[in-house]
Amino acid sequence: MDFTNLQFIDVSRTFGRRRALHRVSLTAEAGTITALLGHNGAGKSTLLSIAATLLQPSSGTVHYGGHAATNGAAALRARIGMLGHDLYLYPELSAAENLRFFARIYALPDVERRVVRGLEQAGLTERADDPVSSYSRGMRQRLALERALIHDPRLLLLDEPFTGLDEAAREALRDRLQTARAAGTIVLLTTHDVAAIANLPDRSVTLVEGRLAA
Amino acid sequence: MTAFARTVWVITRKDLLVEARTREILLTTLFFAVACVLVFAFGFVSEGRAVSDAAAGILWIAIAFSGTLALGRAFERERQGETLRALLIAPIDRPALYVGKLVGILILLTAVEVVVVPLVALMFQAALFEHALLMLGLLAAGTVGFAAVGTLFAAMLVRARSRDVMLPVLLYPITVPVIIAGVRGTAALLQTEAGGIPMARAWLAMLVFFDVVFITLALWTFEPVMTE
Repeated sequence: MDFTNLQFIDVSRTFGRRRALHRVSLTAEAGTITALLGHNGAGKSTLLSIAATLLQPSSGTVHYGGHAATNGAAALRARIGMLGHDLYLYPELSAAENLRFFARIYALPDVERRVVRGLEQAGLTERADDPVSSYSRGMRQRLALERALIHDPRLLLLDEPFTGLDEAAREALRDRLQTARAAGTIVLLTTHDVAAIANLPDRSVTLVEGRLAA
Repeated sequence: MTAFARTVWVITRKDLLVEARTREILLTTLFFAVACVLVFAFGFVSEGRAVSDAAAGILWIAIAFSGTLALGRAFERERQGETLRALLIAPIDRPALYVGKLVGILILLTAVEVVVVPLVALMFQAALFEHALLMLGLLAAGTVGFAAVGTLFAAMLVRARSRDVMLPVLLYPITVPVIIAGVRGTAALLQTEAGGIPMARAWLAMLVFFDVVFITLALWTFEPVMTE
């Protein structure tokens, strides 16, 4: 299954009586970076979780090209990569073991080639066998991004990816995202730090209390 | 190997690799089980003679209590780095994730039982190895039933704030039939009267029945339980 755009149509989501998203409509195309801006609690992470199929919208629909989220869920998930607030890494395992584990979970061919490529992209070849718990925040973030990209996803979802990074690490992350964009990936990222993304996004939209600001 | 079996193996192997690095679950569970048996031995063994049927009860209490410790940690690892979300986004059969975690727990509990069963036999002078195959069947079926329910509840509670308290509160009432069947089956095995072995076989059959019911329900409910 492949798709070339992600489309939210009137997506709302409530948690009990609290409304996290209200009739959000948004389209992101392949080969573009879309930034979701907004304060904490604006609904950015909820929108990413819905795009990742981890949450169902209370109303509205999400389309991945011509496919709805409910159709062929596993095949659809195979085309989605996500990097969350937490990095989705096992600190007891090394960088190579983490990448190898996720490559096997995705049942990818050429596991070792992908692991080597991921380590190179993350600049962690020298420390491939060290446990992740011994890495700096920037190193973990780079590894986590390669973990999210190991299966060459069409849709890449990043939740506050610049948080806690120094300027050098931010620059490296921006470069990697530009490479992903050039490869035709739909990149959707959230941030409340506008300065961090600089001129990176092709489009920025702002969420305010669950609504897209005009 | 099918995709399901491959996923189970990848998850189990990862859990065992993490455990080999930390030895966190194995050591704490083993220490707790051994301490449990020793404390009861001081209470129930007097002048070298154990209270009748005590060995069976204490063996299963040690397994259940130490198993609860292991279950509590099983999904905690997936919660710490939110790796559970990464697994839920992956294109895998979610029941395979459940089975992978279950197999990992079963391997760890087997390692604990390898130490605890001879210890109970020694401390309580219980002839646990006289009918070794039947004893093995009771242990295997009882452990599978207990861990099958426990793994599901541990997954359910992974996002709950009071998960450490809630796990035993939910787990023990549901697994009481398994623990009773394990205790009564083991006690029947230790009987010297003629009816002991058929009775142990009957309890074993009941444990297998519980296993089938619990695993079927767990596989059926795991996907909705994991969907937020």
